[in-house]
Amino acid sequence: MSAAASLPENAGAAAAEAPLLSVSDLTLHIPMPPHVLRAVDGVSFDLRRGETLGLVGESGSGKTLTALMLMRLLEPPLAALPKGRVQFGDTDLMALDEARMSALRGRAISMVFQEPMTSLNPVMTVGRQIAEPLVRHLGLSAREAAARAEEMLRLVQIPDPARVARAYPHLLSGGMRQRVMIAIALACRPAVLVADEPTTALDVTVQAQILELLGELQREMGSAILLITHDLAVIAETAHRVAVMYAGRIVEEAPVAALFAAPRHPYTRGLLASIPKIERVPAPTLPEIPGMVPGAADRPRGCAFMPRCARAVSGCAAEAPPLDPIAPGHRVACWNPANG
Amino acid sequence: MIGFIAWRLLQAIPLLIGVSLIAFGLMHLAPGGPLAVYTLNPSIQAQDIERVKIIFGLDQPIYVQYLKWASGIFSGNWGYTFFGGRPVLGVILERLPATMLLMGSALSVAIVLGLSIGVLGAVKRYSVFDVLATSGALFALSFPTFWFGLMAIFVFAIQLRWLPSGGMWELGEEGNIISLLQHLVLPTLVLALVITATWSRYSRSAFLEVMQQDYMRTARAKGLPPAARLMRHAFPNAAKPLIALLGVELPFLFSGALVTETIFGWPGMGRLFVDALNMKEYPILMGMMMFTAIFVIIGNLLADLAIAVIDPRVRLR
Repeated sequence: MSAAASLPENAGAAAAEAPLLSVSDLTLHIPMPPHVLRAVDGVSFDLRRGETLGLVGESGSGKTLTALMLMRLLEPPLAALPKGRVQFGDTDLMALDEARMSALRGRAISMVFQEPMTSLNPVMTVGRQIAEPLVRHLGLSAREAAARAEEMLRLVQIPDPARVARAYPHLLSGGMRQRVMIAIALACRPAVLVADEPTTALDVTVQAQILELLGELQREMGSAILLITHDLAVIAETAHRVAVMYAGRIVEEAPVAALFAAPRHPYTRGLLASIPKIERVPAPTLPEIPGMVPGAADRPRGCAFMPRCARAVSGCAAEAPPLDPIAPGHRVACWNPANG
Repeated sequence: MIGFIAWRLLQAIPLLIGVSLIAFGLMHLAPGGPLAVYTLNPSIQAQDIERVKIIFGLDQPIYVQYLKWASGIFSGNWGYTFFGGRPVLGVILERLPATMLLMGSALSVAIVLGLSIGVLGAVKRYSVFDVLATSGALFALSFPTFWFGLMAIFVFAIQLRWLPSGGMWELGEEGNIISLLQHLVLPTLVLALVITATWSRYSRSAFLEVMQQDYMRTARAKGLPPAARLMRHAFPNAAKPLIALLGVELPFLFSGALVTETIFGWPGMGRLFVDALNMKEYPILMGMMMFTAIFVIIGNLLADLAIAVIDPRVRLR
């Protein structure tokens, strides 16, 4: 509710200040003899106060693993494998021990998951589940936390919050449950919210409501959101900037408008070209990207997109292209990017 | 709730009728018939047997015998023992406290131990502890209870002389609580051993299952410390299958108590059953079968009620 958080109007001003969260060279290589699965391969991005960064990519591109790594939520045996830095203020989250990290989770950095149906504890009332982080992090008494939980339910626009607080999750619809998940995640007013496909399991009208709600709460609380999705339409509506992932790497990163207007990476262009457009009648056959995403084990040594790329040049097979600036705020990892 | 309980008790009636038919039928099918204790005794003469038959009503048609006995079950008259002519229900109830004490203490030990071992095994999966617990459970489950009982007596009562080998009290010390506890230790541990093994296995898999659920990840994402996640989130969810298991396991507990009580001379229902079997005391055997069936039905009913209390999704109807 601070004044500094009136986004997106002053997104330009926000861009000037230091990033809230700075992810650099995040890597998850999973040894699976005789291969090494390069599930996430040197992902770097910045997240600024009050900003929504969309992380978009196909299934298996490493989006969710990236989110789980920066939350430090990977379970053994994967828990020990991530490398890289996640700079949050003065601290590198990757270097924290579990106790300190757990003190930040739900307080400074929260996460909303893809499956609202299974992400709530079925045998605990909704109110108690929202109150838990308040008791844990803010030291509220049970009674204060219960009152705040009801307040949170009102904030996520659930009708009759007092009654819902006493209800168990199985009585709520998917959309309601995702609102509850958001209420849990935002209860302690975290600086960063990681939302992993928050609307994928919901039907389209509910999707729009949830995204709108996230936007409203962001303006009110000033949180930065990392929005993970495979749905470019969601990105177009919600995000300020986009990072496109392919095969464990970010291949292009740009402000939303720039990316949709002038995509530079051939993969991004392919993605955008395959979105059906309503105004074109009769509908032409949608162009598709030929071939398949390479498996994490048998990725080419050079650019992972090379085998499917129409713009491939001789250098592509030799070395993976770095993610370099091509225009202000626009980075692309390609040896032969398309013109803007 | 009341309706559910009434409905479940109604459902139990056909089951009890079935059990009573089997109990009654077995007695008549057994070699020598219901009066085997007399007919197989060469020193008793034929006319005496005829007289006893009339006394016990065994000269009447078989369905009359059954109906008389079955209606007696409902009215509290469970028949009379061959030896001493005492009321069967009284004889059984007299043994109930000893069995309840043994089963209760064994079950408490087993649940606390089994649950702790299972949870630790689940939390530290594939650790040295987990492997030892798994093989230990397998060991405990692969040997018969009587072997453990005899070993316990041999080691702790005969070799080490730490604990008494059997009975419930020292002679002349009836009512002495210290003496009772000393006598309780070995049979409790032996009876608890197998239940602990079963429980550690079941609770391990129940917790492993629960810990993979999405809501456990949510609990972690909230920043809850491990103990809070385990106690508040994992435990209530994992407890459901375990309570159901408790209801189902009651009969096994009974049969375990039977062996344990016999080995340790514990004056409970299990030993009563074995003694009655040896003496062909059919009225007691039939009564015991009915009593056990009723006990198991009530146990399962309580388990279902407990599950409904824990899980709001379970509707009682």
